[in-house]
Amino acid sequence: MKYVIIGNSTAGIGAVEGIRQIDQNGEITIISNEPFHTYSRPLISYSLRGKVSEENMCYRAADFYEKNNCKLLAGVSVTEVNADKKCISTDDGNSLPYDKLLVATGSSPFTPPFEGLDTVKNKFTFTTKADVERVGTLLTKKTNVLIIGAGLIGLKCAEGMLDKVSNITVVDLSPRILSSILDDHGAGLMQKHLEGKGINFKLSCGVKSFNNNTATFESGETYEFDILILAVGVRPNTDLLRDIAEIDKGIKVNAKSQTSAADIYAAGDCTLSTDISDGQSKIMALLPNAYMQGECAGINMAGGEKSFDKAIPMNAIGFCGLNIITAGNYTGETFEAKENNIYKRLFYGDNKLNGYIMIDEIQKAGIYTSLIRERTPLDTIDFALICEKPGLMAFSKKDRATKLGGEAS
Amino acid sequence: MKRIYVNEDWCLGCRLCEYYCAFAATDQKDMARALKGRKIIPNINIEEKDGISFAVNCRHCEEPLCKKACITGAISIADGVITIEKEKCVSCYTCILSCPYGAVSPSESGAVQKCELCENSPACVNGCPNGAIIFSEKEAAV
Repeated sequence: MKYVIIGNSTAGIGAVEGIRQIDQNGEITIISNEPFHTYSRPLISYSLRGKVSEENMCYRAADFYEKNNCKLLAGVSVTEVNADKKCISTDDGNSLPYDKLLVATGSSPFTPPFEGLDTVKNKFTFTTKADVERVGTLLTKKTNVLIIGAGLIGLKCAEGMLDKVSNITVVDLSPRILSSILDDHGAGLMQKHLEGKGINFKLSCGVKSFNNNTATFESGETYEFDILILAVGVRPNTDLLRDIAEIDKGIKVNAKSQTSAADIYAAGDCTLSTDISDGQSKIMALLPNAYMQGECAGINMAGGEKSFDKAIPMNAIGFCGLNIITAGNYTGETFEAKENNIYKRLFYGDNKLNGYIMIDEIQKAGIYTSLIRERTPLDTIDFALICEKPGLMAFSKKDRATKLGGEAS
Repeated sequence: MKRIYVNEDWCLGCRLCEYYCAFAATDQKDMARALKGRKIIPNINIEEKDGISFAVNCRHCEEPLCKKACITGAISIADGVITIEKEKCVSCYTCILSCPYGAVSPSESGAVQKCELCENSPACVNGCPNGAIIFSEKEAAV
C-alpha cells in the first residue's frame, strides 16, 4: 500500500500515527512545502520570544520519520493531484503514485486588498517558522509595530515581540479583542491585562490605506510604523482538490475524513467539519481537531475503522501570564462567576452545555469540555454543583464508577 | 496494564493520598518536614461532598485526549503510561482543556503536571490507610 500525505504539520503527523496503528509496512511519503522537520506551528510566537529552543519547536522527536518508517520530501510543493491516474505531481518535476492520498495542506493567511499595501516594505504575516525568521531579524528596541487583527494570531505575535520592540499597536475592526473566542467581559479583562503590559489597542477601527510606513485609518487618523503584521485571518488551502472533490469554504469530509473523491482524504485546517455543539458546518482551524482528524484519516486509509465526529471549537491560550480556556458555542442561558481577573461563563440550553469561557482559573476545564463533546443531558448530573466547580462529584455514582473504572469514550 | 482504581465506599476523605503524592515529588526523607506550611499540588485529588469522597487522578486513557491535543508534542505514551516532558511544555493548558477527568494541573514550575504512576509503585496506593486506592490490572479487582 502506498500512502501519500500532503502536509507535514499536525494533521499529517496524526495520519502517520494513525496509519501505523493499523499498517506497519505500507509505504508512507510525506510532502511538505516547508524545508523543516515537523514543528509546532503555535510555538512560533514562543520562538520569537526566545522561550523555546529550535529542538523543542519540533512537534515530534528527531527520529520520528525513521521510527515510523516514512519518507519526508521537505521543501517540495505539490502542483497537481491526478485523481484518475492516482498520482500527484511536484514542483521538482516528479510524479508520485498513491493508493490512498491525504490532503493536509492547512490554511494560509488571508490579506484584504488594502489600498497601497504594495508600498509597504516591511510587511509580514505570522503563521510559519519562515515568517518568524524573517521578522525576527528586523526587531530592535526602536521598532514601532502595527498589527492588523486582534485575534489569536495577532495577539500571540504581539506577546512574542513585546520585549524586543519599542511600541506595539494592535488594530481591529471589532469593538473587542479575541472576538472569535471571548465575550465583552472576557475581552475587556484581557485587553486591560495586555494594556498593562504595554500593548496598545485601536478597536472598532478600520484601515483605509497604506502609504509606505504610514497607515491611514477610516477615522482619518494616521499612524507611523516600521513593521506591519497582517493577522486578519486564515483561509483553507483547498486548491489542489479543486474540480476533484467537493469544496465549500473548506474541503468537505465525512466522519471518516474521506472527501467526495475516491481514496482521497483530507484533515486539519483545510477542511470543513461539523461542530457538534451547534450542528453547524464550519472551519475549525484548531490544532487538537487537526490531530484527531488526521489520525482518524490515517486509520481509515489503512483499512481500520475510526470516526472523528466530536469536533467542537476549543482554545487554550495564554497572553503574558493570563490564561484562557474556551470551548463550544456561546448561545443559551448563562451561569457567570467573576472575581478580579477570574471569569467563568457557561452557556447552556435544551438540557445541554453549549459552551464556556474560563479566564485565569482554568483548573479542570476539561470536565466542561467533555459535557459539550458528549452532549451529556444536564438533568443526569448535578448541574448547579458543576456550575460552581467542575468535578466528577456532579455525576451519579454509577456514572462515576464507569468514568473512573474505564476511560472517556 | 496496571492502573490506579478507587473504591469510593472505602475512601475516608483523609487526603493522605494527596500528601503522599506531593511528598513523592520531593527528594526529601521526612514528609512532615517536606510539606509543612506548603501549599501542595498533588496529582491525585479528593473530591468530597455530603459524606461522599473519592480520589481522582490520571486514568492513563488508551485514547488520551491530552496527548492528541498537546500542541508541542510534550505528552507521550509508552507501555500505556502517559508522561509529560516538562522541557517541551509551554503551559498553554490545552491538555487541561481536553482531560475529561480534570486530572492535569498547572504546577509551580510552569509545566503542567499529572500522575505518572510513580514508576509502578504509586505512593498514594501505598499510603492509603483504608485500601480505598488500589493498583491493579483490572477494575474488577476493586
